[in-house]
Amino acid sequence: MSLDKETVAKVATLARIRMNDEELERMAPQLSKIIGFVEQLGEVDTDQVEPLANVVDITLALRDDEVNDGACVDKVLANAPESTQGFFVVPKVVE
Amino acid sequence: MAKVIQGDTGEWEIVVGMEIHAQVIANSKLFSGASTTFGAAPNTQVSLVDAAMPGMLPVLNKKCVEQAIRTGLGLNAQVNTKSVFARKNYFYPDLPQGYQISQFEHPIIGEGKIEIDLPDGSTKDIGITRLHLEQDAGKSVHDQHPKKSYVDLNRSGCALMEIVSEPDIRGPEEAAAYISKIRMILRYLETCDGNMDEGSMRADVNVSVRRPGDEYGTRAEVKNVNSVKAVQQAIEYEARRQVEIVESGGSVDQETRLWDPVKLETRSMRSKEEAHDYRYFPDPDLLPLEFSNEWVEQIKQTLPELPDEKKHRFMNDFGLSSYDASVLIAERSRADFYETVASGRDAKLAANWVINELLGILNKNEKSLDESPITADQLGGLIALISDNTISGKIAKDVFPIMFETGKDADAIVEEKGLKQVTDTGAIEAIIDEVIAENPDNVAAYRGGKDKLFGFFVGQVMKKSQGKANPAVVNGILKDKLSGE
Repeated sequence: MSLDKETVAKVATLARIRMNDEELERMAPQLSKIIGFVEQLGEVDTDQVEPLANVVDITLALRDDEVNDGACVDKVLANAPESTQGFFVVPKVVE
Repeated sequence: MAKVIQGDTGEWEIVVGMEIHAQVIANSKLFSGASTTFGAAPNTQVSLVDAAMPGMLPVLNKKCVEQAIRTGLGLNAQVNTKSVFARKNYFYPDLPQGYQISQFEHPIIGEGKIEIDLPDGSTKDIGITRLHLEQDAGKSVHDQHPKKSYVDLNRSGCALMEIVSEPDIRGPEEAAAYISKIRMILRYLETCDGNMDEGSMRADVNVSVRRPGDEYGTRAEVKNVNSVKAVQQAIEYEARRQVEIVESGGSVDQETRLWDPVKLETRSMRSKEEAHDYRYFPDPDLLPLEFSNEWVEQIKQTLPELPDEKKHRFMNDFGLSSYDASVLIAERSRADFYETVASGRDAKLAANWVINELLGILNKNEKSLDESPITADQLGGLIALISDNTISGKIAKDVFPIMFETGKDADAIVEEKGLKQVTDTGAIEAIIDEVIAENPDNVAAYRGGKDKLFGFFVGQVMKKSQGKANPAVVNGILKDKLSGE
């Protein structure tokens, strides 16, 4: 499968990565190659095979419903470029 | 409020499917140990998992899984003992991970169905497509600053159940009945508090129109409909908008629209469209969720009697009308209150008193049932006094507000105020004789054929006895005396 420039541009937008025309031009064949490589897996017949989530025999751990975390607003906001009165502050986003 | 819209070119049927997001009742979040209490100071209930700090890993809350199973059982639905969490990818400031952990191809709950009650007393089955568990997003506040939005992540990571219906709903009235029924079931199960004002239950509505019997038309998804009334208004508006488009030769776009509760209209959310490509994939941080059928059985054993079962039992065992039964089962606490009042007493009379008198006076005083100054046992006591003829129904209506005011028992008030009914025929006869003597003209008219005057005489006798004469005894003696010996 080969990706055209438009598809790469769309994927970049969805991932919030800004790319100029030249970059898109360069990226399209590279991404196509990667996808082509992974697509080889499609040659294996997996019709009768259950999807495998993990190679070791463990199941998803569940925790009890206890409040034992949170209450650390200073830590949560420590890396925020801007905050006030306990809120994160971001450029206006409104429909 | 019709199921069908009369257009210029004929009738159009309204087809609706709903997605209800219900916040799961649990102390901590779906994948972290932060508290879920509503109304805390911003970002004080956020763990580093909820803030999506690098390297943090989600650990699933057992209670939330149990709540989803309970709800699935309450919706008569298939419980899937194996399900998978997936990432739904999109960017928004109140979603710090850049993806929502949800379920996509393999939800925890599959197909089910519920019965909805329509205003005309009939019922209808609505199919449930699925229920899945997912994380809630945080909250953005847009009105505090002209150029900035403020973000509070307290809600981020709280557990939601998304309940998806089949497109079985026809029109606004059925949609209202559906959402009310879902809310009632969740509240009975205690899996969601159903509080739409606080946003713990929210709905998205898929609306399309078609010629009756045709294939489904193209649907629009309307977001931000956060009350039963808004659901009805949004459906009505959106269906009319679509009919106008189709009738003028256009076609409906499949798109997301936003309900504006002020302008009472839906409008396109174009910006949502591009972000609609969610690129779901299984969350590599979480193994598939697997549990035993035994656990599901154990949970089943703890289910309460659900609204529909209760309604049918009230109708069958107590002889209540469908309407009265619906009013009483609307809240579990109300149904319990009623059953205490009715226990060992006249069940129909008890229903009348709870519905008409008690709920009426509570409503007038803006009190809820748990704030009622009259307990269920006390109201039962009043009803017992009516049933054994100690007081008449009319006197009971005088006693009732005193009970409400003072919190005293009915028999104490009756005793104190000397309101016991007079059933002594001698005393009643004496009063009747007085009334007859005082109204010779009316007596003559009655005997001359004006039967309607009978009520006048009963009224006079009751007045003289200050309402205490037993009406049945009065009727009997009065009839004999007036018919003229």
